[in-house]
Amino acid sequence: MASILQAIHVQKYYGAFQALNDVSLSVDRGEVACIIGPSGSGKSTLLRCASQLEGIDGGVITVDGEIAGFRRSGDTLVPLGDSQIARQRQNVGMVFQRFNLFPHRSVLENLLEGPVRVQRRPADECRKEALALLERVGLAAKATAYPNELSGGQQQRVAIARALAMRPKILLFDEPTSALDPELVGEVLSVMKELARSGMTMIVVTHEIAFCREVADRVVFMDAGAIIATGSPEDMIVRPQNPRVASFISAVL
Amino acid sequence: MDVGRLKISRPIPYRQIAASVLLFVFLAFIIHAFWVGQIEWHYVSGYLFSAPILRGVRGTIVMTICAMVIGILLGTTIAIMRMSANPALRWAATGYIWLFRGTPALLQLLLWFNLALIFPTISLFGFFPVNTVEVMTPFVAALLGLGIQQGAYTAEVVRSGILSVDRGQMEAAQSIGMTKLRAMLTIVLPQAMRVIVPPIGNETIGMVKLTSLASVIQYSEVLRTVGDVYYANSRVIELLIVAGIWYMVIVTVLSTGQSYIEKYFSKGWGRAAPAVKPLADGRAAMGAA
Repeated sequence: MASILQAIHVQKYYGAFQALNDVSLSVDRGEVACIIGPSGSGKSTLLRCASQLEGIDGGVITVDGEIAGFRRSGDTLVPLGDSQIARQRQNVGMVFQRFNLFPHRSVLENLLEGPVRVQRRPADECRKEALALLERVGLAAKATAYPNELSGGQQQRVAIARALAMRPKILLFDEPTSALDPELVGEVLSVMKELARSGMTMIVVTHEIAFCREVADRVVFMDAGAIIATGSPEDMIVRPQNPRVASFISAVL
Repeated sequence: MDVGRLKISRPIPYRQIAASVLLFVFLAFIIHAFWVGQIEWHYVSGYLFSAPILRGVRGTIVMTICAMVIGILLGTTIAIMRMSANPALRWAATGYIWLFRGTPALLQLLLWFNLALIFPTISLFGFFPVNTVEVMTPFVAALLGLGIQQGAYTAEVVRSGILSVDRGQMEAAQSIGMTKLRAMLTIVLPQAMRVIVPPIGNETIGMVKLTSLASVIQYSEVLRTVGDVYYANSRVIELLIVAGIWYMVIVTVLSTGQSYIEKYFSKGWGRAAPAVKPLADGRAAMGAA
């Protein structure tokens, strides 16, 4: 079983509001899954649970076979401590809508923070790798710049490189182009396409339907905290089978 | 006539002129008052750099630094505790702030200094017993009193600084495998410093003057040392002026230092961005000139 991320009957509440309702999803190694759906449908919440920025109230999420956030003891799940959760998070890269680069650190320092200071890998090796990643996202010349000196598109590409520098097993994108000016969306999407082609396992929450159609191995449609339908781009976008998916697609295209 | 060629008149600034004249008269009056007043200025110049006064100045500076260090360390700890997910830590922090902000600093100094009245000996769960009177010197009592109450104020300053940092920073730090505490210390706090430094600078300046309270419990700072001198020679005003001059000197030096620290912590905050660089450089050059 080559499943990298598995969500099994996941439940999530904010107070009385149910944000995730019995969500089950399995993403295999090298697969690109795009999650679409109206706002407030629980797409981002699912990613935030998978990256353990939020806890879950029911069900299980596993990353590469390891239960996220809990230790199994017989028939019960015992919550892990902060440091063990932090260790697990290293396997799951996250790219945020608003980039969230560290503004007091240069671009290169943003990339080195995790591998050198958290993972304690040799600094020389990390530096070489970080520069190669910057080259890969087309920003080798900006290594010494500060995030505020970059455009939104450049910042998001740095954020992707920062996530990759941790050598994650899976990369989650939470509406990576929603905060960008329209003319900057393309450069970020092309970096993501290149990543997808290179075999990176990715879950992308997005409103870029054209991107889903071109890149996704699987499209997942969510509404009201539940997965309504899932299938190939052909079945979900080109010729949607499910009537709710069809009405959503016709509304956004 | 062509409207585009009309001249813009420059009215005479009567109000500015009037204000300047008033200010000049007022300053002249003050200077005159001090000139004719019975102040023996040579006492001022004579005592300004005398050994006992300089010892007092040193006492004031040492106490300011030590009390602020304790205040900032305590304040940061309390602020982080106050924002913790653990309710016991939150209550402890809230209680600390409530207690030490609620009573006057002078009262706290006197309580620490007189601690021996309730606890004649202090020990660590029965180990290492010591006489309280020997430990609770004026220096220690003043340091505890001023440092601990400063911690209560600094905690609120640090907390507002932490709140000013976008929540996404904590999440991004956690997403690259940092624990909450580590993310707080290496990512959130350094950014919060931009908001924290100006009020801390303000409080440091306040602390310089607050140390004068320690004169009450016989700590030898500048106000106490000038007092010791004027009890002997009755030159009260002259020596108070000496103390005033030294306070002004210390505060001026600190204010200058503050602007350098602020510059350091604003790293990466757009002021160094290429588009505004010439302007920023120009200002720096003007400042240096």
